[in-house]
Amino acid sequence: MKFGVVVFPGSNGDIDAYHFIKDVLAQPVDHIWHQEESVAGYDCLILPGGSSYGDYLRCGAIARFSPVMKAVKDFALRGGLVVGIGNGFQILVEAGLLPGALYRNANLQFRCRFTYLKVENYHTPFTVAIEHGRLLKIPIAHGEGNYYVDEDTLQRLKAKGQIIFRYADEQGEITAAANPDGSVFNIAGVCNENKNVLGMMPHPERAGEIILGSDDGKMIFDSLFKHWEGSRL
Amino acid sequence: MLIAQIKVLLKESVLDPQGQAVEKALGTLGYNNIEKVRVGKYLEIMLAENNREAANKQVREMCERLLINAVIEDYTFTLVEV
Repeated sequence: MKFGVVVFPGSNGDIDAYHFIKDVLAQPVDHIWHQEESVAGYDCLILPGGSSYGDYLRCGAIARFSPVMKAVKDFALRGGLVVGIGNGFQILVEAGLLPGALYRNANLQFRCRFTYLKVENYHTPFTVAIEHGRLLKIPIAHGEGNYYVDEDTLQRLKAKGQIIFRYADEQGEITAAANPDGSVFNIAGVCNENKNVLGMMPHPERAGEIILGSDDGKMIFDSLFKHWEGSRL
Repeated sequence: MLIAQIKVLLKESVLDPQGQAVEKALGTLGYNNIEKVRVGKYLEIMLAENNREAANKQVREMCERLLINAVIEDYTFTLVEV
């Protein structure tokens, strides 16, 4: 399965993602510079974390106009698998590929710590290989990950199974204390209606090896492999 | 030449954590008549344009395409001649 990691000026999770895919998952991967106008030949695109364009104006607001984003959008609309992590998630909402908006953490703090994610929908390319009931221990590092949708959109996301991950405590309970940034409904990750575009604030590529404190991030990619193998049969 | 003075605020329905923090800080300073504080952004854009109608249309378009995120923000603007 061939991965492309898009690199914007100010990305910093691009090297983590590249290392994780190449060295841990042993899959082919390239960096894709934001000036590229084609993403042909890739099976999955990663929009990495960081602070594209210095987070000026709003996080992700300027990156969405990079030349590569038109190709990413076409790829996504054709059903291609796209994963936006942290800043990549912010870019996807700004680009309109995912619903909602991400803004300043309600506590006004930059939060850098492990979180526990409860999987809300196992029937997606990103979660299909995850053992039911298993919490994922994956770190966050963000100051603007407060996910907002209005009440009507939240109901629609619930009804269509678009909520993928929610912040929980270590026991798997969804609590206000486990919510690191004030996100509506403790939402940590959502997908589009077609279930081929995922955005999440936690960083699975930084939870790929036990020496880093967790390798739960692999389960999301194991799911991608399972889905991808299945789609080729 | 026209200057567009654009004010951006979070929608009333969206929690404004910065506004709340400033409100609290003003309270700490002893200002006990503060009803509410909202923190937003102010942008000034100089336009090489004298036609107000054309400028109005362009500023609205720029706000909607880039300057604001309509999911969480509202904006108002005035055009000032220079």
